[in-house]
Amino acid sequence: MNRLARLWDSDIAWSFRHSPVAIVAAVVAVGMIFAAIFAPWIAPSDPFHPASLNLMDGFTPPGTPNAFTGNTFLLGTDDQGRDILSTILYGARISLFVGFASVIFAMVLGISLGLLAAWKGGWVGTLVMRIADVQLSFPSILIALLIFGVARGFIPPGQREQAAIWVLILSIGLSEWVQYARVVRGATMVEMGREYVQAAKVIGVHPVRIVLQHILPNVMGPVLVIATIGLALAIIAEATLSFLGVGVPPTQPSLGTLIRIGQQFLFSGEWWILFFPAMALLALALSVNLLGDWLRDVLNPRLR
Amino acid sequence: MTHLFKSTRTVLLGGAALALAATALNAETLRWARVADALTMDPHSQNEGPTSTFLHHVYETLVSRELDGSLAPRLATDWMIDPEDPTVWIFELREGVTFHNGNAFTAEDVVFSLERVRKESSDFKGLHANVVGAEAVDDYTVRVQMDGPSPLYPQNLTNFFIMDSDWAEENGAETPQDYAAGEEAFTVRNAMGTGPYQLASRDPEVRSVLQHFEGHWDETPEVTEIIYTPITEDATRIAALLSGEVDFVQDVPVQDIARLEQTEGITVTTGPENRTIFFAYDMGSEDLRSASVEGNPFADPLVREAMHLALDRDAIQQVVMRGQSVPGAQNVPPFVNGWDAELDAYGPPDPERARELMAEAGYADGFSVDLNCPNDRYLNDEAICQAFVGMLGQIGIDANLVSQSRSLHFPLIQNDESDFYLLGWGVPPFDSQYVFDFLVHSTEGARGGWNGSNYSDPELDAKIQSLATETDLEARDATIAEIWQQVQEDRVFLMVHNQVLAYAARDGVNVDVDPENQPSMTRVTFD
Amino acid sequence: MLAFILRRIAQSVVVMLVVALISFTLFRFVGDPVASIVGQETSVADREALRERLGLNDPVLVQFAGYVSRALQGDFGISYRLQQPVGELILSRLPATLELALISGFFAFVFGVAFGVYTALNRRGWLSNTIMTVSLIGVSLPTFLIGVLLIWVFAVELQWLPSFGRGEVVDLGWWRTGLLTPSGRASLILPAITLGLYQMTLIMRLVRAEMLEVLRADYIKFARARGLSNRVVHFGHALKNTLVPVITITGLQLGSIIAFSIITETVFQWPGVGALFIQSVQFVDVPVMAAYLMLIALVFVIINLIVDLLYFAVDPRLRVERTPARA
Repeated sequence: MNRLARLWDSDIAWSFRHSPVAIVAAVVAVGMIFAAIFAPWIAPSDPFHPASLNLMDGFTPPGTPNAFTGNTFLLGTDDQGRDILSTILYGARISLFVGFASVIFAMVLGISLGLLAAWKGGWVGTLVMRIADVQLSFPSILIALLIFGVARGFIPPGQREQAAIWVLILSIGLSEWVQYARVVRGATMVEMGREYVQAAKVIGVHPVRIVLQHILPNVMGPVLVIATIGLALAIIAEATLSFLGVGVPPTQPSLGTLIRIGQQFLFSGEWWILFFPAMALLALALSVNLLGDWLRDVLNPRLR
Repeated sequence: MTHLFKSTRTVLLGGAALALAATALNAETLRWARVADALTMDPHSQNEGPTSTFLHHVYETLVSRELDGSLAPRLATDWMIDPEDPTVWIFELREGVTFHNGNAFTAEDVVFSLERVRKESSDFKGLHANVVGAEAVDDYTVRVQMDGPSPLYPQNLTNFFIMDSDWAEENGAETPQDYAAGEEAFTVRNAMGTGPYQLASRDPEVRSVLQHFEGHWDETPEVTEIIYTPITEDATRIAALLSGEVDFVQDVPVQDIARLEQTEGITVTTGPENRTIFFAYDMGSEDLRSASVEGNPFADPLVREAMHLALDRDAIQQVVMRGQSVPGAQNVPPFVNGWDAELDAYGPPDPERARELMAEAGYADGFSVDLNCPNDRYLNDEAICQAFVGMLGQIGIDANLVSQSRSLHFPLIQNDESDFYLLGWGVPPFDSQYVFDFLVHSTEGARGGWNGSNYSDPELDAKIQSLATETDLEARDATIAEIWQQVQEDRVFLMVHNQVLAYAARDGVNVDVDPENQPSMTRVTFD
Repeated sequence: MLAFILRRIAQSVVVMLVVALISFTLFRFVGDPVASIVGQETSVADREALRERLGLNDPVLVQFAGYVSRALQGDFGISYRLQQPVGELILSRLPATLELALISGFFAFVFGVAFGVYTALNRRGWLSNTIMTVSLIGVSLPTFLIGVLLIWVFAVELQWLPSFGRGEVVDLGWWRTGLLTPSGRASLILPAITLGLYQMTLIMRLVRAEMLEVLRADYIKFARARGLSNRVVHFGHALKNTLVPVITITGLQLGSIIAFSIITETVFQWPGVGALFIQSVQFVDVPVMAAYLMLIALVFVIINLIVDLLYFAVDPRLRVERTPARA
C-alpha cells in the first residue's frame, strides 16, 4: 500500500470526502494560493511596476473600454489606472505571504516557548506563562501598533517602506504566539507525565529527541487547527492595520490596503474598486476559516 | 425619536423622505459637519484652519477677507499708515459694538488682544513679529508701532481675533494656553467675543451649538442656530449628508463630488482654494541622502527640466483629482499678488525629450531616490505622489514612495531631511512675499523655515528682504516679478496644481466657497 | 491567600510600568508633536524653544520618570491637541466606550450562546450549517469594512438608523449616557453589531464545542437514563455547565472589545476613548496616548486579577497556574 492510498483511507481523508463544505473551501483556498503564487505569470499586468501604468486608464469600469485610452480591463481599474485583477492577484500574494510568514513565526516561537516552559518548569516556566498571560489579555491590535511604532525608530526612513512587510509579520506573529505556547505546554505536561517519556528520560535519551519524536507529533493536531484559523486571522489583522495607517506601501498594496483604498469610492460610484478585492479577501479568509473549523471537528476525537 | 419616525416615512414615501425630513426642520438651524473640530476656543492659541473657521463665528477681527481676496472692514472701519510716520499703523474702530456679556468694545480691547497675541505661548506671534507696541489714542482709535515700514501688516490681521479685556482679566486668561504649564486655560472652553454667534454649548469633538447674538452690530443672518459636528471618516461624513442627518458638509472628498452632484436633494459648490500643491527637491546639497548615485542629480538643471517634462498635470487633474483642481506652473494661487498668467502656463508633458535630457545630464540609466509624501494632509496627496512615481519611472527615475502622516512628514522638510517631497502651501496674506519668505529665502532666522530645497542665493535673499519694507507698491510688485522670474528659471518648485474646494449641502442651503476654506455661516442663505 | 494577592498586584504594577515604558519609547517615533502644535508661520527657533519647554529634548528615561511621578499624583498632563487635562478628557470619553463595549459584549453573549446551543443540539441541520458559515463571514472581513457597509445599507439606503455619533445624551453626574433616549439607543445599534460580531462568533463556537463535549459526559447520559426531558437535560444540566468557561472568556474578551473599539469608534464617529486615541496618534498627542495605553493596561491587569482571584477561590490547587479555556 503506497503512501497516497494510505492517506486516502485515513480518517481525515474520509471525513474530508464526506464534507462538501470542506471540499469547496479547500478548492477555493488552494486555488487562490496558487493564483497568488503564480501571479506574475497569470496577471495581465504588473501593478507594482509604476512606470508601466498609465494614469489615464484610471477608473475604467469592468469590461468597458476606457474613454481616453480605449483599453479594456476585465475587473476594471483603480484610481491609479492599475488593473484590478492584477492588483488582486499581487495583493493576495502579499496578504498570503504576511499571513503564512506570521503564522510560521508565531508557531515556531509559541511551540519553542511552550516546550521550554513545560520542560524546564520552575521560574522559567512561570515567567514564560506569565508573559503569555499578560500578552493574551492585551489586545493584539495594540501590540501590533506598539511594535510598529517601535520598529519605526530602528529602521532608517528610506528603508521603512520595504521593511513594513517584515514589521507586519513580526507584529502579527508576536501577538499570536501565545495560543501555540499554551496548547503545546499543556500537551507536553500531559505527555511528560506518561511512563514512556519518563522511561526515555531514565535511559538517557536526549531531551530534544524525546520532544521531537514523541511529544511534538502529539500536539500537531491542535497546533494545525490554531495555525489554520491563525492564517485567516493574520490576513484580516493585516487589513485592519492598514486601515489604521500602518501597513504595506500603497505602491505595493495587499488585499487589505486595496480594500482601504476601495472604501473611499463606496459612495462615488466606482463600486468595483472595493467590491472585487473585498470579495477576494472574503473568499480567502472564509475558505481558510471553514477549513479550520472542519479540521477542529475532525481532530477532536471526542466529537466523533 | 425623530430618526425612527423619519424611517417610517421613508418606507411609505421612498425617495421623497429626504425632502420631507428637510422641511420638517427649523429653517433657521444649520447642521454643519466637517472633518475636524476646533481644537480650542482660545483665539490666539492655535493657528489652524478648522479652529479659525469656527472662531470667526464667535470672535471678530479688525479686518476681514472678502471672497475675492480683498480686505474689508469688520471691527475696524478704516486703517491707514500714519502720514507722518511710515512705521505706524492707525486703526479706526467701529462704534456701538458690544461683547456677548454686554461690555462695550473699545480700543483697550484691541491693545489687550494685540498684547496677548504676541505672547510666547501664542501660535500667531509670527504674524505680529514686526509690532513694537500699541496704544489707544481714544476709545475708537489705535496706533500700532512697527519696527520699520510694514506696508502689508493689515494682511496679517484676518485671523487676529479681539477678546474682551475685562473678561480675560476677570478670569485670569491674559495668556494663551501654555502646554508646559500643566493646567487647562479658562479660554479653552469659554469664549468672549463680539461675533455674530454665541457659544451655547460645547462638547469638544462631538457637538457644538452656536446661537445668534441678538446684540450683534450687523444684520441678522438667516442662520440663527448652528449645530457643528466633526466627522473624521470621509465615508461616514458623506453618509451623514446622504441620510439627511446634516445639512452642510464642508470637506467633501474629490471622488464624491460628481456623484453627489447627481444625487437628488444635494447641491455641490466648488471654488478655488488658496493652496498650491507642489513637489520640491534638494537642489543645494552636495550629495543626496537616498539617491542611488553619487553627487546630487537635482543640482543639475537638465534633470530638473526633465522632471518638469515628465509631469503630466492634466492627467493628474483629470484622473486623480477628478477634474477638481486648477493645474499650473507657478507656485502661487491666481488671486495672490505676484501671480503671472505667463509664468503659470505649462506645456504638454514630453517624456521623450525628458529622457534625452536625462541622458545628456549623464543619467541615461536613471537613478533612484526617495519621494516623501504626506498621506493625511492635502486632497489625495498620496495618490498624486503615486501618479508622479509612475511618470518619473518613464524617464528612468525610480522614485521610492515614502508616504506617512503629516506629523512625520513636515519635520522632514523643516529639519532638512528630505531629498524630494510633496508640500502644499496656502498664502493667507494674499501676497507672494509670504511664499518667498518661507519657501524661497535661505534658511536663516525667521525666514526659510520651509525651504527644504536648500536653494540659496544671497542676491535673491536681499530682494526678498526688501519686500517687507518697500512702501512704493509699484516698485515692490516689480521686485516680486523679478524674483518669480528667477525662481521659475531655476525651477525651484515643480508645481502641480491649485486645490479646489467643494462644499456639499442639501438643496435649499446656499453656501459660497471661501478660498481660505473659512466659510462664514452668516453668508448662508436658505431658499 | 494574602501573599498570593500581594504578589499578583506587584506583578501587575510591573506590567503597568513596562507598558508605560514601551509606549514612551514608541512615542519618539510616532512623529514630532511640535510640528502638530504650532502653525506653519512659526520660526525654527520658536519650535526649538517649545520643544525645550515641553521637555521633549530630555532623554526618554528622564521624560518617563517625570511622567510616572506626575501620573502617580493623578496628573497626566495637558493634551497637546485639545488643551484639556488628559485625566479629565479620558474620563469624559470613557462612558461612551464602556457603554458601547458592554452593549456589544451583551449582544455577542446572548446571540453567541443562543446560536451556539442551537448549532450544538442540531449538529447536522441545514440551519446550523448556515449559521456556522454565515457567522464566519463576519470574521472574514475587516471590521472597518463591515462598519462602512452597515452604514451604507442601514443609514444611507434604508435610513433606519443614524450613521454617526451617539444621538441625544443625558448626563447622570459625570456619566454621560445615551441609553436613556430613543436616538441614543438607535445610535448604538450599528456600532454595537460591528464591534460585537467577532466576539459573537467566538462565543458561539465556544458554546457549541463545550456543549458537544458536555452532552457526551457521563452525568448527562445518566440524566437521560433517568428519563429527564430533553429540555431539562439541555438547559438545566448541559448549558449550566457550559456557561462557566463561557462567562470567563467573555469577561476576558471585554478588554479586547475595548481595544477593538478603536476602529468601530473611528468609523462611526463614536466619541469614546478609542477614537480619541487614534486622533491623538495622528496629532502625536503624547500625553493622551500615554494615558490611554496606561488605561488599557490597567483594564487588563484588573480583569486578569479578578480572573486569578476567582480561580483561586474556586480551586486552591491552582496556586500559580491558571488555565482558562480559550478558543
